[in-house]
Amino acid sequence: MKLIPCPHCGNRAQAEFVYERTADSVVPLDAEPDAAVAALFARANPRGVEEEIWRHTYGCGSWMLIRRDRVSHAIEWVKPLGPEALP
Amino acid sequence: MNAATINFTFDGKALRARPGQTLAAALLDNGTKLVGRSFKYHRPRGILSAGVEEPNALVTVGTGGRTEPNTRATDLFVYEGLVATSQNRWPSLSSDLGSALQLVAKALPAGFYYKTFFGPPKLWLFYEKFIRRAAGLGPAPTEIDPDRYATRAAFCDVLVVGSGPAGLIAARDAVHAGKKVILVEQDAKLAPSLLRDPHEIESKPGAAWAEDVAAEIRANGGKVLTRTSASGLWDDQFICLSEKLVEPGQVPANGFTQRYWHVRAGEVVLATGVIERPLTFANNDRPGVMLSQAVRTYVNRFGVVPGQRVVVATTGDDAYLTAQALRDAGAEVVAVLDSRAAPAGQDSGFAVFNSAVPVTAKGGKNGVTALVANLGGTERTFACDLIAMSGGFTPLVHLHMQAGGKLDWDEAAQAFVPGASRWNVRTVGLAAEPAPAETVGATGVAKQAFVDFQNDVTVADLDLAWREGYRSVEHLKRYTTLGMATDQGKTGNMAALDRIARREGMTVPEAGLTTFRPPHTPVSMGALAGLATGEHAQPTRRPALYDLHAAKDPIWLNAGYWKRPRAYPVGAETLAQAGLREARAVRSSVGMCDVSTLAKFEVQGPDAVQYLERVCQTSVGKLAVGRGRYTFMAREDSLVFDDGTVWRLEENRFLLTSSTGGASRMATWLSYVRNHLCADLKVSLVCVQEHYAAIAVAGPKSSAVMAKLTGAESPRHMSVVDARIAGIPAWVMAASFSGERAFEVHFDAAHAEAVWNAIEAEGCTPYGLEAMELLRIEKGHMVVGPDIDGRLTAEELGLGKMVNKAGGWIGASTLHRPAFVDPLRKQFVGLEAIDGGSIPEGSMLVRWIGGEAEGHVTGSGLRVLEGGSIAIGHLKGGHKRHGEELYAYSPTRKQKAKVRVTSPHCYDPAGERYRD
Repeated sequence: MKLIPCPHCGNRAQAEFVYERTADSVVPLDAEPDAAVAALFARANPRGVEEEIWRHTYGCGSWMLIRRDRVSHAIEWVKPLGPEALP
Repeated sequence: MNAATINFTFDGKALRARPGQTLAAALLDNGTKLVGRSFKYHRPRGILSAGVEEPNALVTVGTGGRTEPNTRATDLFVYEGLVATSQNRWPSLSSDLGSALQLVAKALPAGFYYKTFFGPPKLWLFYEKFIRRAAGLGPAPTEIDPDRYATRAAFCDVLVVGSGPAGLIAARDAVHAGKKVILVEQDAKLAPSLLRDPHEIESKPGAAWAEDVAAEIRANGGKVLTRTSASGLWDDQFICLSEKLVEPGQVPANGFTQRYWHVRAGEVVLATGVIERPLTFANNDRPGVMLSQAVRTYVNRFGVVPGQRVVVATTGDDAYLTAQALRDAGAEVVAVLDSRAAPAGQDSGFAVFNSAVPVTAKGGKNGVTALVANLGGTERTFACDLIAMSGGFTPLVHLHMQAGGKLDWDEAAQAFVPGASRWNVRTVGLAAEPAPAETVGATGVAKQAFVDFQNDVTVADLDLAWREGYRSVEHLKRYTTLGMATDQGKTGNMAALDRIARREGMTVPEAGLTTFRPPHTPVSMGALAGLATGEHAQPTRRPALYDLHAAKDPIWLNAGYWKRPRAYPVGAETLAQAGLREARAVRSSVGMCDVSTLAKFEVQGPDAVQYLERVCQTSVGKLAVGRGRYTFMAREDSLVFDDGTVWRLEENRFLLTSSTGGASRMATWLSYVRNHLCADLKVSLVCVQEHYAAIAVAGPKSSAVMAKLTGAESPRHMSVVDARIAGIPAWVMAASFSGERAFEVHFDAAHAEAVWNAIEAEGCTPYGLEAMELLRIEKGHMVVGPDIDGRLTAEELGLGKMVNKAGGWIGASTLHRPAFVDPLRKQFVGLEAIDGGSIPEGSMLVRWIGGEAEGHVTGSGLRVLEGGSIAIGHLKGGHKRHGEELYAYSPTRKQKAKVRVTSPHCYDPAGERYRD
């Protein structure tokens, strides 16, 4: 089980986190219909590095953006996300 | 036999073992050669190895709930009273009827399963019964395991797997460097290789040296665990250990039979060693054909000489040690067949034949009698009762590979060795640097020459698969089931690879290897479950009023993790009777129901309206303070996934409720929207699901009851007022889920019982989820799950008129996808039974029995006061089909009802009953 460096709590076991979605699947509220449909149903899904949204759901609850290699599992970086993210 | 003799039984026969012997050693000691029948062909099998890689000697041990099938006799230390039983044979191990299968082996070739899958389905159904009976391992126990399994988590700086010299030294070095160390050994004794090949290390006898080093590790704060198998290694050095506190089937002293460890290590050192490879020749699976090092283990460690006239067949030097050990123990070494050219082995003092390979073993279920060998072109038969074979050594790289490590090909050793590791994992000792070998293993003979003993895969099977076009190792594995047995092909994979590589005209590393997956050795299901069994298999959530409900002894319903009353039966009432009585009390008088488990969120801040109008598909800002409304929420794909109510408590303070089952999903969603889509808004949201208890009071008399309890006029429908009930501050919200004038009272959960008791004292009939279902189905109210299933839009659910025309809600930009225009999309409808009878829940809606399903029934109920079956459901184009007659048909339950499509609002469609 991977360790994920939560921006707030430090290294924690992956079981404490929930993978929510890829970063490019976020549909902005003002998205044009075509852009929204593309973000939902026609994403790149690359074999390799991708930015993902995770949440430390069973820990501090904070959201984060994780840039991760989906082949090697290596995490490049983790950034806190959103106004509820702690400094 | 001395006083320390241990009594055990095998197939009911009383036998005796010496302390420290494995079951395999004890059986050999008792002259038992035939131990099991093979998986597919029921061939007689004996003991091949002396370790966890054993593919043949699988037995069932223990009795009752402690029964453990498929236990390797080589990995089981005999204890007093051990009951072991052979498997996969009938009526007995010696005269097994299934072994007649060997005669029809041609009917069960490689890929047999695949081929039958492609045949007519009825043929497979016929074969399946036959195959399942014929081919199988030990049956699983039918009784519940009486023992418990412990779970422990640990952290260490260095975790060492394997207690051979390399592992012990690595662990010793680490403790002296101030590291926190755990050393695990799957055997009961440390350094099993030193028991097989005793020699001095650091001027001490090997076994004593190992004990001393372990003591040194322990004295420096390290942990040394024997009988502990490292079953899996994952990312960031996460490793699972399965520790046997007693042997399989043995009664544990303190109730715990195994301990399962989750360890996070800073570094993992794999000192897992190597296992010997068999040679492939005809009948190489007969009892009496053993791995060379295993023979030496039985002689040197367990004091058992498995044969008196022995042929040793080898591709390297190591087997000469076996020949010597046998000679020292008084056995006759008839010949050493060395596949290497002269002068290999010529100075060993044995009758060595160079360029010699075994061809066919003779003999049957009671052991081999001779070996036909090819001595550089000429055949010769050697009479013998034991064949010790050595086809070189395979490093145990399983854990390394499980954790994503790469393998390198070691040409000198003709073996895959650990290469680059993805994590902080390194391999030491023989597993990293195996002894030189000339070949992977000669694979000359094809028929009856087994490579995968446990799954009965022969060289001929590999050839057949290759001819049929299954040439990559991944295809070959699935087609022949090679390496897919519980031993994961530990002994046989390399010989198979060699065969395929030769066929393809490539090298073994070019042919590649399939991926090793956890567990390295089988792990008991109980160990994985730990104490999370039975009612502890999942958490139990008790609402604030749980004790009060329990005192009424209701019929409970597990709603997610929640325990909720389904009905409160009086006397001998059934669930259906109690539910109907409670529902009728609501329709005709007044009832009360605990709705505390509803999801509840407080939303506050100057931008609260803006935030809610994104989450909710309805308008919110039009609500005056003190008013509320029904609302529903869509995902970004504009499909509705939840519903509830929203109440304006103050100008910038709202209470949002949503479904019980969707509560945690909604909490995540609200946070997602707030953090990712509305980061600029000034709004704060708090989940108050368990902070507030809630009680619904419903029925024509509910208004009078509330007026009396609060001392004030009851709020009109969809209004909220502050009040006190039994002195407790509460919000009284006039809202209905039953079709009757009704209220929801929300208040601090700490006072739940006081408020409940005050309401019940006014003559309210408690009702549970069963009555709630009847009431809301009759009224046409949807629930999240069956009705709001995340596949329909608001329009399709019949909520189109409530959608906020101003837009801005999540999902608005995808609502006009072409697929939503399809007139055959499903829509929410009501149904009523025409011919009496009841409409089966979950049944499909068809025009004629056998016709295409055009929808399904999501909830089935009845007219609470008048009787008569009604239902709600999803139906293709349903909004325009009111009046049409269909069948609700459940082929699985063999039930059907003729129904008429109606509006889902069967009861008081105008909502007149909401007014006082």
